[in-house]
Amino acid sequence: MISVQISEIIKSYGKKIALDNISVSINKGELFGFIGPDGAGKTTLFRILTSLLIPNHGFAKVENLDVVKDYKNIRKIVGYMPGRFSLYQDLSVEENLQFFASVFGTTIEENYHLIEDIYVQIEPFKKRLAGNLSGGMKQKLALSCALIHKPEVLFLDEPTTGVDAVSRKEFWEMLKKLKNFGITIIVSTPYMDEAELCDRIALIQNGKILSIQSPQKIISEYKLPLIAIRSDDMYLLVKDLKNLDQTNSVFLFGEYVHFTSKLSKINIETIEAFLSLKGHTNIKFKNIKPDIEDCFMALIENDRMSK
Amino acid sequence: MDQAENIITVKNLVKKFGSFVANDNLSFQVEKAEIFGFLGANGAGKTTAIKILCGLSAPTSGEIEVASYDVYTQTDLIKQNIGYMSQKFSLYEDITVKENFRFYGGIYGLSKSRINERITFFLKELKLESAKDELISSLPLGWKQKIAFSVAIMHDPKIVFLDEPTGGVDPVTRRQFWEMIYEASHNGITVFVTTHYMDEAEYCNRVSIMVDGRIDALDTPENLKKQFGVNSMNNVFLKLARN
Repeated sequence: MISVQISEIIKSYGKKIALDNISVSINKGELFGFIGPDGAGKTTLFRILTSLLIPNHGFAKVENLDVVKDYKNIRKIVGYMPGRFSLYQDLSVEENLQFFASVFGTTIEENYHLIEDIYVQIEPFKKRLAGNLSGGMKQKLALSCALIHKPEVLFLDEPTTGVDAVSRKEFWEMLKKLKNFGITIIVSTPYMDEAELCDRIALIQNGKILSIQSPQKIISEYKLPLIAIRSDDMYLLVKDLKNLDQTNSVFLFGEYVHFTSKLSKINIETIEAFLSLKGHTNIKFKNIKPDIEDCFMALIENDRMSK
Repeated sequence: MDQAENIITVKNLVKKFGSFVANDNLSFQVEKAEIFGFLGANGAGKTTAIKILCGLSAPTSGEIEVASYDVYTQTDLIKQNIGYMSQKFSLYEDITVKENFRFYGGIYGLSKSRINERITFFLKELKLESAKDELISSLPLGWKQKIAFSVAIMHDPKIVFLDEPTGGVDPVTRRQFWEMIYEASHNGITVFVTTHYMDEAEYCNRVSIMVDGRIDALDTPENLKKQFGVNSMNNVFLKLARN
């Protein structure tokens, strides 16, 4: 069953095209990720889907309600956590939650089971003003407030931006638990490693969708010959490899670089001889599988070449 | 780095806000031309320490020297010898690329001819000659970040502080940015960098990890992984910060 249908959406601000003919269908109960850098159009899309912005062209439906015509009903059934912290800073934790519950005509008690796991972590600070919470606690409160009216679809716009690796991991564990309540969860993120935690993802760049797949499928469709290389001087390694004939791309990847070749099969002997000649020491090769970032970079390159 | 020359020396740095201890007795050195990763969870005390090292906030106690200047008495000299760039504050959006360079060059006290020399150099280096008269607000984020970094090093500082410089950029641009960091380090500039991308921790010569105001680990990425018996910096970080 389809929860969110996006059809040929175009949105521009003056000359700038923020969304360029986007179509996606998201299933009920799915954890769906829009993955892409800042400026890709993620926030614009979320605002359209939550009825806060009207598209120039195309239509979108959330739980079969049109985002333009049925905006009043849409607002009752979606939960929205914007990228910028948007709770009342001068209300306490408890007051914020009560406020959101009463605006939606419900009570904290009625839907407490949905937020319990998240809220118990900030409950010891329930008398504290929201403005005085740490980043991680603000995020948990915002998620609680977005959930307290038991939405059918939850929109989370970059919930983990600027958040440290530990808190990011905890946040995704919370989302997985929420999935069990049958809520459709739509999340955007610039962190490619979070893609693997979604059921399906749309890779988005410059207002265009490059691919819509499960993360496993995107990875399995990667075709370039790929190998990891390192040496004692990574700075010169990148520089030197870029001057090799068979090089397609060279990207830093942690302690290795990821190297793709124009040849159908990578010629390790040639690369090793070339690097030795350049004075590199401790040259190591490692066979690797591509990850989402490799795929995204290859798709960006394809998109650029096709222009 | 044939001969280790320390460009930042921190001995027993303590910073308190009332009864809250934000920096709890930090001691470390950063070598000239080193890429030093300064990691930690949100609220661990990184920003407090960076402000002190940049001469923007006085420590409660401790002996700290940056570029051989004292953080209590020589903050103006420190500011002249460092560059700073963060994701949030970088460039003026409503003036052009060239005007931003000129403005910052003026603030750093560079001569007119030196400013023009540097503008020519960076525009060529970044292949942005054609965009020199464009407003910053009209440029893609990735370009802005590269320009912001160039502006931060246009006065040839001894140290450049980068506070989450790559947040939100696409994976290709993120890597091009690190190539610029390598280049700066290769040219003798010390790079002091914070990031939430754990793969970027691997690009640093050494990494420190702060937990609750203390430095709980400091070593090369390779040694840290050995010490914690894991295969990535992400796992080092999770092990340390979760305890």
